[in-house]
Amino acid sequence: MNIVFAKENISEPVNMKDIYCKTIQEAMEENGNVVALDADLMNSIGLLSVQKAFPERTINCGIQEANMVGVAAGLSATGKIPFASTFATFASRRAYDQLFISAGFAKLNIRLIGSDPGIFAAFNGGTHMSFEDIGILRNVPDITIIEPVDSVMLRDILKQLVSLCGVFYVRLIRQGTVKIYEEGSAFEIGKAVRIREGKDITIIASGIGVADSLEACKQLSEKGISARVLNMFTIKPIDKEAIIQSANDTGAIVTVENHNIINGLGSAVAEVLAENAPVPMERVGVNDVYGEVGSVEYLKKRFELTPEDIVKKSELVLSRKKSFTSI
Amino acid sequence: MLDKQKELELQKLAKMIRLETMKAIGKRGFGHVGGSMSIVEVLAVLYGAQMNIKPEEPNWVDRDWFVLSKGHSGPALYATLALKGYFNIEELDTLNLPGTNLPSHCDRNKTIGIDMSTGSLGQGISTAIGIAMGNKMDGRNSFTYLILGDGESQEGQVWEGALFAAHHRVGNLIAFIDYNKKQLDGYTKDICDLGDIVKKFEDFNWHTQLVDGHDIKKIFNAIENAKLVKDKPSMIVLDTVKGKGCSFAESILFNHHMRFTQDQVSDAIGIMEKELEKGEDQ
Repeated sequence: MNIVFAKENISEPVNMKDIYCKTIQEAMEENGNVVALDADLMNSIGLLSVQKAFPERTINCGIQEANMVGVAAGLSATGKIPFASTFATFASRRAYDQLFISAGFAKLNIRLIGSDPGIFAAFNGGTHMSFEDIGILRNVPDITIIEPVDSVMLRDILKQLVSLCGVFYVRLIRQGTVKIYEEGSAFEIGKAVRIREGKDITIIASGIGVADSLEACKQLSEKGISARVLNMFTIKPIDKEAIIQSANDTGAIVTVENHNIINGLGSAVAEVLAENAPVPMERVGVNDVYGEVGSVEYLKKRFELTPEDIVKKSELVLSRKKSFTSI
Repeated sequence: MLDKQKELELQKLAKMIRLETMKAIGKRGFGHVGGSMSIVEVLAVLYGAQMNIKPEEPNWVDRDWFVLSKGHSGPALYATLALKGYFNIEELDTLNLPGTNLPSHCDRNKTIGIDMSTGSLGQGISTAIGIAMGNKMDGRNSFTYLILGDGESQEGQVWEGALFAAHHRVGNLIAFIDYNKKQLDGYTKDICDLGDIVKKFEDFNWHTQLVDGHDIKKIFNAIENAKLVKDKPSMIVLDTVKGKGCSFAESILFNHHMRFTQDQVSDAIGIMEKELEKGEDQ
């Protein structure tokens, strides 16, 4: 792992979907076995240009996510390296049995990309708003679930995935996000990145929650609270050591996710804490409700995912830490 | 062309598959009898003549592939593979025993010669399409064979695959429907009528044929026809009898999955052994 942190956490000028398509096309140029599949969202994710360059290896399945995942699994049995993309909702809900059986149970080799995760479904609203994709897919044995936080991480992860073998699920925000890392960073799948030191509390975040956590840390700092931040970009397999270490060092944990608090990152962290280092913990996430239309900024407030919400939960867990440590 | 000698050989192979399948399922006292019995002829033709395979090299890259999408008929495929020398025939005794390599539904990670794991109905068509396309991308001339159940064809994914395969001209895919007209809960026409399944696949722009699914020569010739079709996937609807050749299953409505006595098994095996001794045309 080689991490270079961004000097400033500013909005990236580049869209994540463009990085996705560029990286996939490069992978296709370097490796004749890489194949891209999509389910009538090529215009949305930008794969049309890839299809132009590699028409034989870019397959638009049409509106059939279940078939797409099965076809990807079959392709991988012959040695192809498929990247199959659709919205996170459809990837996890519509094609779950296909991913579970045709890919997972069959021990085949596919990368499933779920775009527009959580609140990033925005004006597509509740039917398209995946607060449960990680929760559903965590139950696929041996799956690796990754939520790249910015374009640098996305690119590095995608390149790694070309040569790995297994079932991989990658959440993908299509638009630009907040820069966390500089070019040249290389990540180890399964290992969290400690992006901020602190001693009073640890905030474990993934996706858009990372930038919001850093913002929350500034506010906590003004209150005299020193917060550590872990970017837990691999939700499965989760970095148990990092969680236990931070629980032991700081004694209080807050998790932040663009996902239901049931069965996502928060639950995964809670599982580790309960069995290894049972310190007080709070989850910032969607409180088991359905989605709705709105801008990302509106939805962050609506579902209590803002830096202010992170601060509130941090203060709450710290008050519980006080009573916990005084027992 | 199928000469008389070869036809008789394949008929014998089918009878052996039926017998060995019965023995294996019989040992457990329960199993997916009906749908295993109805596909023995097509398995005999495929593995005995039509498929380009090397049992001593199950992962031979230029082989023809086979997906048994109706994975619960695994026992019939296992009997076929054993008879063709993929593994020892004694291993058939281990069907569904704890820790077995021969589970009720096909598992590519457990059984030598199984190309794809199946069991959740409707999924095999997609994986078979992926296999066929992957082989075509690499310039191989191999075929991918696929057997679907008729009840299975109630699953929506089958029709996703049907649309896709025709659109993408997956001409190296040759599929069969085991049209035995029954499913777990009774006749398919009473549960969810498939209507004219032959016409349906024609309308989906597949090259379609309907044959007697227990007639070795007709199955063989249908595959020959299908192999000539390059720009469409092929569907051969096999008109079959669920439980065919098994004395305690053939006339029973609910013969998808059965429990039975050892007396029933002995009787059934006795009849199958006599059939094998006959050596005549069916």
